[in-house]
Amino acid sequence: MNDNGNVPNISGRQMRLVIVGHVDHGKSTLVGRLLSDTGSLPEGKLDFIKEICERQGKAFEFAFLLDALEEEQDQGITIDTSQIFFKTQKRHYVIIDAPGHKEFLKNMVTGAADAESALLLIDAYEGVQEQSRRHGYILKLLGLTQVAVVVNKMDLVGYDPEVFFKIKSEYTAFLDSIGVTADDFIPVSAKLGVNIAKRENEMPWYKGPTVLEMLDRFEEKAPPSHLPFRFPVQDVYKFDARRIIAGRVESGRLKVGDHLTFSPSNKKGVVKSIEAWSVPKQPTEAHASQSIGFTLDEQIFVERGDIASLVEELPIVSTTFDVNLFWMGKRHLEKGRTYTLKLTTQEVPCEVVQFKKVINASTLETLLDQDFLAKNDVAELTLKTRKPVGFDLFGSIATTGRFVLVDEYDVCGGGIITTYAPANIEDKLRDEVRYRNFNWVQSGIKSEERAYRNGHRAVFLLISGASGVGKADLAQHLEEKLFKLNFQSYLLDRRNVRLGVSYDIIEGDPEFFDGETVRRFGEVSKLFLDAGHVVISTSNSFNKDQDADIRLLAQPHPVVDILISDDPNSTGKADIALSLEEAKNQVEAANKIYHYLKDQKILTGHNYSI
Amino acid sequence: MDHLDDLENQSIFILREAYKNFKNLAMLWSIGKDSTVMVWLARKAFFGECPIPLVHIDTSYKIPAMIEYRDRVAKEWGLNLVVGQNKKALDEGMNHEMGRMVCCEALKTQGLQQVMEAKGYTGLILGIRRDEEGTRAKERYFSPRDKNFEWNFKDQPPELWDQFKTTFKEGTHIRIHPILHWTELNVWEYIQREKIPIIDLYFANKEGRRYRSLGCAPCTGSIESNAKNVDEIVYELKHNITTAERSGRAQDQEDTYAMQKLRAKGYM
Repeated sequence: MNDNGNVPNISGRQMRLVIVGHVDHGKSTLVGRLLSDTGSLPEGKLDFIKEICERQGKAFEFAFLLDALEEEQDQGITIDTSQIFFKTQKRHYVIIDAPGHKEFLKNMVTGAADAESALLLIDAYEGVQEQSRRHGYILKLLGLTQVAVVVNKMDLVGYDPEVFFKIKSEYTAFLDSIGVTADDFIPVSAKLGVNIAKRENEMPWYKGPTVLEMLDRFEEKAPPSHLPFRFPVQDVYKFDARRIIAGRVESGRLKVGDHLTFSPSNKKGVVKSIEAWSVPKQPTEAHASQSIGFTLDEQIFVERGDIASLVEELPIVSTTFDVNLFWMGKRHLEKGRTYTLKLTTQEVPCEVVQFKKVINASTLETLLDQDFLAKNDVAELTLKTRKPVGFDLFGSIATTGRFVLVDEYDVCGGGIITTYAPANIEDKLRDEVRYRNFNWVQSGIKSEERAYRNGHRAVFLLISGASGVGKADLAQHLEEKLFKLNFQSYLLDRRNVRLGVSYDIIEGDPEFFDGETVRRFGEVSKLFLDAGHVVISTSNSFNKDQDADIRLLAQPHPVVDILISDDPNSTGKADIALSLEEAKNQVEAANKIYHYLKDQKILTGHNYSI
Repeated sequence: MDHLDDLENQSIFILREAYKNFKNLAMLWSIGKDSTVMVWLARKAFFGECPIPLVHIDTSYKIPAMIEYRDRVAKEWGLNLVVGQNKKALDEGMNHEMGRMVCCEALKTQGLQQVMEAKGYTGLILGIRRDEEGTRAKERYFSPRDKNFEWNFKDQPPELWDQFKTTFKEGTHIRIHPILHWTELNVWEYIQREKIPIIDLYFANKEGRRYRSLGCAPCTGSIESNAKNVDEIVYELKHNITTAERSGRAQDQEDTYAMQKLRAKGYM
């Protein structure tokens, strides 16, 4: 056997079609019939297969046209997705022949994820079965909206309209419950070729389209160029003098001169050129689905995973969001285990925070209080990533709103992001910082110029430790030491901010009190940092969450952690660790900090170029 | 945007994913039209460069013009060419008369294994297409092979939304197929559009015969054709061809499941 029935010699675009349904409901037969009835088989192919069947002593079936693998013919099931081409008078199609056997859900998903339209087969004799529902549900999660239901094997039920309408009403109710509308229901016999390419007299009561007519009604999916611009960075190349940011435009349009923002890093740049090799003309624009590369007018550090967008149409950035997920892993999806989330070109460790609703995808039964997800089932759940990721809701921009989960080495789950509400303080502050940074009125004096004049970069020095270890004394001494060396140091005491800027906050509302005072303190620090100062402050070591918030608000300026502690478990994470003994000698401690800042090139000294 | 742009964009995306995810990566270049188009696509993906070394498995039975073409193009395009050969098998007199499948496995599959081992490649890019023959139709863009090069076609990783399998146990490797979704005609239409210099064995000679698929001289037959240039081949494929592309390749015909058996063991 030298090919599997493909007719490769077609030109032009092909509509990508997937055929799904329960095992043995006749998918391969339908595909074989479509090939045969549209004259899409190579010469002699049909005879060749018939001859093999005869040699092996079995009756010919259309399904054998597709089953190129030895194994499949033995088991009589299609193991994997293969692509088969055929054409109607209107256009070319590529069928992704998805299998029905339960074991092979991951193959069905592979086929269907890339399709533009779907035919879902139901056996008239057996009726709606487990995978009829499961596949329907997964088509929905994959975002497939063009679906026609084909009720097959009508010959086995004597072309009885009652059987057809009963299945139609049962399955319509199911589709309604998951929010899917089928384009039509078509009664057929794939084996005998009834209502596939041509209408016969068997079912005069049926007035709808044949399968081929239905296919020709489906619309081709255009790349989403009308949506906001999204460009996940795939790689950065420097093969020659150009520094090319490479990737694919997932949605929207790009042109030279566009002002871009990169998320989640919050970097900014202006598009200088769009690069291409061996093209008639250097492009000045690009649109959705194009794999391109561009350069920026300034060299900024952008890396794989960043999503470029226009400044006024930012994606969401968060660590926590709600998703709908289907699971294909051999072992359960569980809390407490770390998975890798792959979303566009981002790869981030993540965990399940909460199983909101676990659903048996074949019965739609909600599995109450179940906090794991088994193979082939679906769930609504909340994920938390270890680092912030950039994304959109699936409903707004599909390509940046979907992801896979990797368990160890294998892709085991696929999901779509359904909702995001900045629920925790961290998310709210992150949104605030992004808004603030993108709208900040820039001074005519660049931060580099301030650094040159001051002899140092802006930096936030945060001295933390338990109470009574001498944080305040050290902070004061450090401020004076740096001041005497002509650096712009300023000790920003939290109490001072509390006395003035936050005077209106009433104590007693702990959540508001903590969150809002920290936010105001962080914003005041940010002003001093913007002015180019070395800002010194102190914190009790138990306020770790607050420190994280201040760090977020100080962006893009660096924060240096100085920890006074004798506990080796905590000092490892600090930039500078001082033992209690060291902290007592303020002169030596301040010296240590001073040398660290010099080593880090934060204190550069006056009249040095940076 | 036409269908060739769609195909090109997807292939470039895959090549860039491969290049980013695999430290030790090579591309198999058979000198035929498909892998030559793939090299061209790599130069598109990397803006004129081909930063991935090209491996050619020389069975010593290749049609001589192929070697001449290989060396000329490699020089013109500045390619990093690595030639692999199973010298031991050749010294022991391996040839197609010992059985085509035995010969293919020794000179091609084992020849490839030897280069992979010597160079420590963990990713291998190949120019196979789904429409070539049945087992290739079952392939993934990123297809894992175990320690013994074996392909477990019954348990393949899911591929959705262009998220591919890029992590794997030590000792295994991944085969990457950037033009899996192209057809024979797509390849020729692209050669036509891009004006890619292709070896002239594909064009009809004075006797009215041309090669449609290239391989070793003893096992590759030519077809009857008057298509003397790329335009005429495109026309011929659209209008006059009813046979399969690889019908001139003797190893495919060896038994009913020849390709499946060869490929399960690591054949290209």
